[in-house]
Amino acid sequence: MSKSFLEVDGLSKVYPDGQGGELTVFEDIRFALEKGEFVCIIGHSGCGKSTILNVLAGLDEASAGNVVMNGKEIKGPGLERGVVFQNYSLLPWKTTLNNIVFAVRARWPEWSKEKVKEHSERYLKMVGLDHALNRKPSQLSGGMRQRVSIARAFATQPELLLLDEPFGALDALTRGVIQDELVKIWEETRQTVFMITHDVDEAILLSDRIFLMSNGPNARIAESVKVDIPHPRARATIFQNPAYHKTRDYLVDFLVNRSGSALPEKDGTPKIVEPAKGVAQSTPASADSETESESETAARAVNA
Amino acid sequence: MASLNVRAALLSVSFLILALGLWEMATQPPEAQTGLTEYEMLMGGVEQESRVPPPSAVIKLAWAELSDPFYDAGANDKGIGIQLAYSVYRVLTGYLAAMAIALPVGFLIGMSPLMYKALNPYIQVLRPISPLAWMPLALFIIQDSDASAIFVIFICSIWPMLLNTAFGVANVRQDWVNVARTHELGPLRTAITVILPAAAPTILTGMRISIGIAWLVIVAAEMLVGGTGIGYYVWNEWNNLDLASVIFSILMIGVVGMLLDLALGKAQKLVEYKE
Repeated sequence: MSKSFLEVDGLSKVYPDGQGGELTVFEDIRFALEKGEFVCIIGHSGCGKSTILNVLAGLDEASAGNVVMNGKEIKGPGLERGVVFQNYSLLPWKTTLNNIVFAVRARWPEWSKEKVKEHSERYLKMVGLDHALNRKPSQLSGGMRQRVSIARAFATQPELLLLDEPFGALDALTRGVIQDELVKIWEETRQTVFMITHDVDEAILLSDRIFLMSNGPNARIAESVKVDIPHPRARATIFQNPAYHKTRDYLVDFLVNRSGSALPEKDGTPKIVEPAKGVAQSTPASADSETESESETAARAVNA
Repeated sequence: MASLNVRAALLSVSFLILALGLWEMATQPPEAQTGLTEYEMLMGGVEQESRVPPPSAVIKLAWAELSDPFYDAGANDKGIGIQLAYSVYRVLTGYLAAMAIALPVGFLIGMSPLMYKALNPYIQVLRPISPLAWMPLALFIIQDSDASAIFVIFICSIWPMLLNTAFGVANVRQDWVNVARTHELGPLRTAITVILPAAAPTILTGMRISIGIAWLVIVAAEMLVGGTGIGYYVWNEWNNLDLASVIFSILMIGVVGMLLDLALGKAQKLVEYKE
């Protein structure tokens, strides 16, 4: 089996439980990501999703196991991995533009001032914020702040983007708008994305595969669900695809009924599930030239 | 309806007039007696009972002093401006020296829990010592009264700056530190581009407290070391029994202290940010 872009091997996290014992939040987490994939991870609170993401970001250390990206083990944070935090984490004393400039300069220190500015403005324009360049984060709404944060992460063009529940603190309407924007940027850039979410619809809209975690303690990534809906997707029309409902029903059933007892394959890798297999692919909005990349996605899922 | 500011100003002025009026009335000399006694005539008609000068006398003196604040007629007769300049010079010198130590050390103990734990006991013991208690030791070691006064300012202004810097640095939101880490900033660049601006409001609060304490302490220190400065001036005028000058200099101490605080307040505004 050829090496994947990112390989997570036997990750576990153990905390002292405060009474002299130990608490294993998750254990033996194994999965692989391919270049250009968008993968969401869903699980109930306390299963350690955020810790897994922080380990990938290099901000936290696992108790056991390792993460290899591009053949190199991840130790500590790095610019080849970009992070979008749930609480935006913009520097409040900097303007919108300077928050991006800060990241772009860290990424390409040799660039001229003009080039850095031009590059930063381009990414702010992508998220529709070119009118708010000189405003401070405190003068922006929650949705606008998260857009800045997303622009910052994409602007550094990391090989792997880690999104930690980026829309968790936003109201439903704003969330929808920014989801659309994220879809749009992702279609343009085709970054590899690993994202935590609690929202089943969001996961289906965005991802190629969805990892389902069983409940903690001793949580595992039990299943890897293939989302068999062609790109580009649109929030307004995705409901019309029969595969959407099959996938959604499967995810909800897992989260409600099976997350307590679900287990991965015997070798520790998640069970590969294709709930919408055989369902006719006919999305009125996007029944166009995407069949090729679709078969690619399918091939990837089989390889993984 | 006048705005709140206008009404407040009117009220302020009325309070001032009322207070000055009461003060003026309370300090009027008693009605002249029908005639001077032989003794009073011998004393040149001067009344025996000394009293606080009325505001009119203080204002007259203030006018005279402020119209020529920088005259220098020998060791014991310098203008109020010169005396205040000496005091401000000592405060700023000691204060800047304290800053040069407090900010880096504050950063160090704010960023390193080990250094914090190691240095905290000394800070806790040294901090509550009245700065003037250092004066004899300073005079003995430094052997220079001017430098000793500056040292006392240094030692009194260092603690609020040090502790506020350490507190501000230690409590920078972990999210912002994580932003620096995910962008691979080195320790020095993290300190300058993330931690310093994040902790700046807290640091400035410490600096503002320090300048206030330094200005309180300089008056007492100069009363001790003598020679020049507003503290010496107050004590000298007391020895001259010139109470109008004493009251005038008290007011000037208040005004300069307010200006120092205003300057730091402005600086604080500059580094403030809203989350």
